[in-house]
Amino acid sequence: MKSKSGDRTAGDLLLDMRDIRIDGFSDDIWHPIIKGVDLKLHRGEVMGLIGESGAGKSTLGKAAMGYAQPGCRITEGTIQFDGMDLRAMNDAQLRELHGSRIAYVAQSAAASFNPAHRLIDQCVEATVGHGLRPDDEAKKDARELFAALQLPDPDNIGDRYPHQVSGGQLQRAMTAMAMSSRPDLIIFDEPTTALDVTTQVEVLAAMRDIVEQFHTAAIYITHDLAVVAQMADVIKVLRYGETVEDAPARQMLKKPEEAYTRSLWAVRSLEKPQETSEDIILRVNAVDASYGSSIKVLEDVTIDIPRGSTVAVVGESGSGKSTTARVITGLLPPMKGDVLFNDEPLPLALKDRTKDQLRRIQMIYQMADTAMNPKHTVRDIIGRPLEFYLGLSGKELDGRISELLKMIELDDSFMERLPSELSGGQKQRICIARALAADPELIICDEVTSALDQIVQEGILKLLLRLQKEFNITYLFITHDIATVKAISDQIVVMFQGRVVEQGMKNDILSPPHPDYTQLLLSSVPEMDPDWLTSLLESRGETGAMSASGN
Amino acid sequence: MHPIVRTVLQRLGLGLLTLFVVSVIIFSSLQFLPGDFATSVLGQAATPETVAAFRRELGLNEPAITRYIQWIGGVLQGDFGSSFSGRSQGREREVMELIGPRLWNTLFLAGMTAIIAVPLALTLGITAALYRNSFYDRAVNATTLTTISFPEFFVAYILILVLATLWKVFPSLANVRESTELADRIYMTALPALTLTLVIVAHMMRMTRAAIINLLASPYIEMARLKGVSKSNVIIKHALPNAWAPIVNVIAFNLAYLVVGVVVVEVVFVYPGVGQLMVDAVTTRDIPVVQACALIFAATYILLNLFADIVSIVTNPRLLHPR
Repeated sequence: MKSKSGDRTAGDLLLDMRDIRIDGFSDDIWHPIIKGVDLKLHRGEVMGLIGESGAGKSTLGKAAMGYAQPGCRITEGTIQFDGMDLRAMNDAQLRELHGSRIAYVAQSAAASFNPAHRLIDQCVEATVGHGLRPDDEAKKDARELFAALQLPDPDNIGDRYPHQVSGGQLQRAMTAMAMSSRPDLIIFDEPTTALDVTTQVEVLAAMRDIVEQFHTAAIYITHDLAVVAQMADVIKVLRYGETVEDAPARQMLKKPEEAYTRSLWAVRSLEKPQETSEDIILRVNAVDASYGSSIKVLEDVTIDIPRGSTVAVVGESGSGKSTTARVITGLLPPMKGDVLFNDEPLPLALKDRTKDQLRRIQMIYQMADTAMNPKHTVRDIIGRPLEFYLGLSGKELDGRISELLKMIELDDSFMERLPSELSGGQKQRICIARALAADPELIICDEVTSALDQIVQEGILKLLLRLQKEFNITYLFITHDIATVKAISDQIVVMFQGRVVEQGMKNDILSPPHPDYTQLLLSSVPEMDPDWLTSLLESRGETGAMSASGN
Repeated sequence: MHPIVRTVLQRLGLGLLTLFVVSVIIFSSLQFLPGDFATSVLGQAATPETVAAFRRELGLNEPAITRYIQWIGGVLQGDFGSSFSGRSQGREREVMELIGPRLWNTLFLAGMTAIIAVPLALTLGITAALYRNSFYDRAVNATTLTTISFPEFFVAYILILVLATLWKVFPSLANVRESTELADRIYMTALPALTLTLVIVAHMMRMTRAAIINLLASPYIEMARLKGVSKSNVIIKHALPNAWAPIVNVIAFNLAYLVVGVVVVEVVFVYPGVGQLMVDAVTTRDIPVVQACALIFAATYILLNLFADIVSIVTNPRLLHPR
């Protein structure tokens, strides 16, 4: 076992990366991903590394371990870790450092824990494998870490397999795994991105405490500014593989220097005045639904959607948001209750609905990637509903496709492209055009912006709002992101465990007093204030509201 | 009830159902076999009366459904009936009496091959995955592909040429008897076992390699690498435990082949196995023996696949330890 916590002084330079250049291999050529970035990290310091996807955050984070993921190579620069040159080390020497002095916490704990082994065995694997501690001692320590990270039943949870615990618990277990060897440096690679807001708060708090407790230095990679505000002492903004701005966290949050950094902030300022109408286009009436078993996924759900407005359905995963959408579209016929469209009951099952009924309700999905046939061109994708629902063909069809492309702010040059030749935001735009092509009255948007970067998100949301104004389309907007809800909704429906907790106009729902669950959900949305998490935890400590989340 | 027990019972039930269907198919398809046992035994010159009498004695005049019920009823009590061929010597020969020692020989050869081939294939597959795209990997792939590409008899004759004729290491004939001692038996069976090993190892080795490499892009493999786990442990501790399901299915398939499909190798080495018996029984229209062999073969496939299913479940914690 190493003794190091005693003699180290805060402020020593731990990691010094200079002029790092990294190439990635794709489309048969090497092209630069990181173009000369410097990074300095002191002992006990937490650096937030932010930027959009593709900015090279993850690649740079892994490079701090001297590791280039498959398909990447570090071409230039020096990486000094505690006086050692990582680039001069061979694989065996690097393996000695990995999992002992430098640890890694991956984005998706669910995918990064090996499904074949028990949690505790994986948590101590590196520590025992590197000979830092004997097995029993490491396991005893791991159980203490589980307790420190507030995992339930810390003495026994380690005996479980990854699929037997929740996502938030896995993410904390992975932090325990990283902490097991008491490393000098931990790389957190978007560790809370895959979590619900309510779970995210607890995981953030646990990670922050433990990093402070052991005085560990950390690089915290994320695209969420508000999250980084809670964790980091210093923030580094990356874009296209280059540093945009470096500053202490508080200073950067208060006064960002660069225009790009400010644009990252700007998304959260998008807001729409609420409107409503008496004309109810769709009513979900006292619906119960389940997936084959006796356990109800939806119970007594009633939702009214006024014409031309946006109704946001919010709640954590498993709350029944997407199931509600499946009931409305007829993919999952309910056990009880009905769905009224323009005051007429819709046939419950998809196969009983007429083409016209199908046309009037369209859907846009979270993963634009998987919602499009990769072998179809944009013309095929948008043209299909035009042919199917409206019977267009020939010149008329081409003309309409071109009009639709214009509506989504793209031009005719996209016509012959395949989905693989589009960016994430463009793909989602094509999906929007496909939904619009059917000339629908209601569009169900299922987490349509969750997979996108903030700036791209903003563009998509603005587009949706504009289209709504022009064509008086109604949106049912399913999301777990409260910032999005604030930006575009007129009405809000809060769901929890298959029930509607609360529904009403946006301003009423967002202003107190709230039912317990709404309160928990709203207060869990990270804010840009670096003291937000601390004060939230204090206020929750007083009211005991944490227990309501079930995590 | 634990889900595993339930699944195993389910599969067993399905297996029995399959076996029943197979028995019906075997029985009815043998009705269409051209030629008639009575005629073929008595020869073209036999009078119609003699043939009719012989048919009556064998019970061939009963309606097919009655014969099926009699047959399957006997099978359920472990009685596969008596061979048609045995009769002419004046006493009946039980089918099991004929098949029993042959089946034991076949299982012995299959077992011996499996003991050599399975560990060899796994080792080659794992090491090829570990050193993928290296010279070693390519050499292993090319060699196993070559051996699987030659017909079995060719591999067998090459082995006889090299290991029995040029260097007299093993005997070229494997005509074991019931009285043969175990050590002699192993010695005599070595060449057929080696032949079969060369024939089946490629399939299993390539599946092992592919199943492991398929997992190497998983996030948990990268996590293991970033924990400083050594290359060999990444493969053995992190990839292999998740790769068993496809591998064991291919192993089961190949083991079944060793029991049911090795007649060519048996002929080359004059090895008294079930395959040769069945071929002989078909040529002499000895229906009860053919039926028994076919049923045994079907049962082998079903049992080995059941075994593969159980291994897939046991190595998958999601099924073994439900939430």
